[in-house]
Amino acid sequence: MKEIQEYEKDIASIRTMMERSAKFISLSGLSGVLAGVYALAGAGVAYYMVQYPVSLFEYRVYSIQEPAILLKLILVATIVLVASISTGLYLSSLKAKKSGLSLWNTAGRRLAINLAIPLVTGGLFILIMLNSGHFGLAAPSCLIFYGLALIQGSTNTVDEVRYLGFSEIALGLLCAFLPGYGLLFWSIGFGVLHIIYGAILYNKYDK
Amino acid sequence: MKSPFDNLDKVLEHRVRLQIMSVLIGNEAFDFNALKEILSVTDGNLASHIKALEKEKYISVNKTFVDKKPNTKYKITAAGRNAFNKHVDALEGVVKQQKG
Repeated sequence: MKEIQEYEKDIASIRTMMERSAKFISLSGLSGVLAGVYALAGAGVAYYMVQYPVSLFEYRVYSIQEPAILLKLILVATIVLVASISTGLYLSSLKAKKSGLSLWNTAGRRLAINLAIPLVTGGLFILIMLNSGHFGLAAPSCLIFYGLALIQGSTNTVDEVRYLGFSEIALGLLCAFLPGYGLLFWSIGFGVLHIIYGAILYNKYDK
Repeated sequence: MKSPFDNLDKVLEHRVRLQIMSVLIGNEAFDFNALKEILSVTDGNLASHIKALEKEKYISVNKTFVDKKPNTKYKITAAGRNAFNKHVDALEGVVKQQKG
């Protein structure tokens, strides 16, 4: 017969295995912080393109209508997105390697699929809106769909991602009310919130 | 009085087997390499414990080919789920009894 501590260890190992197999634990907090920094940089560029010298905190009555500027904005947003995803994948793969896991394991694959469904839907929806001239609601739509993607993905990773998702949705709905502050809300949602939650994850899981 | 020790499942008293079951109970199916990665065990060790669970019909094996490479997926059976739950209850009973 085994020692009682061995039975306690058995119970603990059941919990660990269930967690490890269902949740993607290699998510890098640092990459969240960096994604926030990229987003703020991108928002800065966008600010000088469309709003300067009017203050960021000034409510805009007109949305952008010129296709040339719109294309540039989409380009900036795409660069921010690609840079954030690449950083996230790279830093998470380093973290995975450290704990002897692979990035593309069952939990990682599930997380990717769960994130991708709302994100791709939202991305297409926003492109369709822009194409038909509905510019004002692009920023809140980004936030809302991103928030939905995070909540969907959170079942396969750390719990904090869920709260980030709720924050993005709340911000997105508020932004839909006040579309003239689109750039400001976008900077908070993709910049400030990523830095805050990234730092929380970093402190809790990366060290 | 029946002791909670009597309810422990002899097959599942090996930690690696218990861990395999823990992974399979929360997931639709898992392949050999994914199990190996999560449990951090050697091929031979994992294979022997899988065989033991298979023999008890606690897990089912599904062999397919992905890109001409063999891919073996394992699933928990109804009997396996039942045995796992019973064993976990017994474990909890044992620990509780010892702690008074």
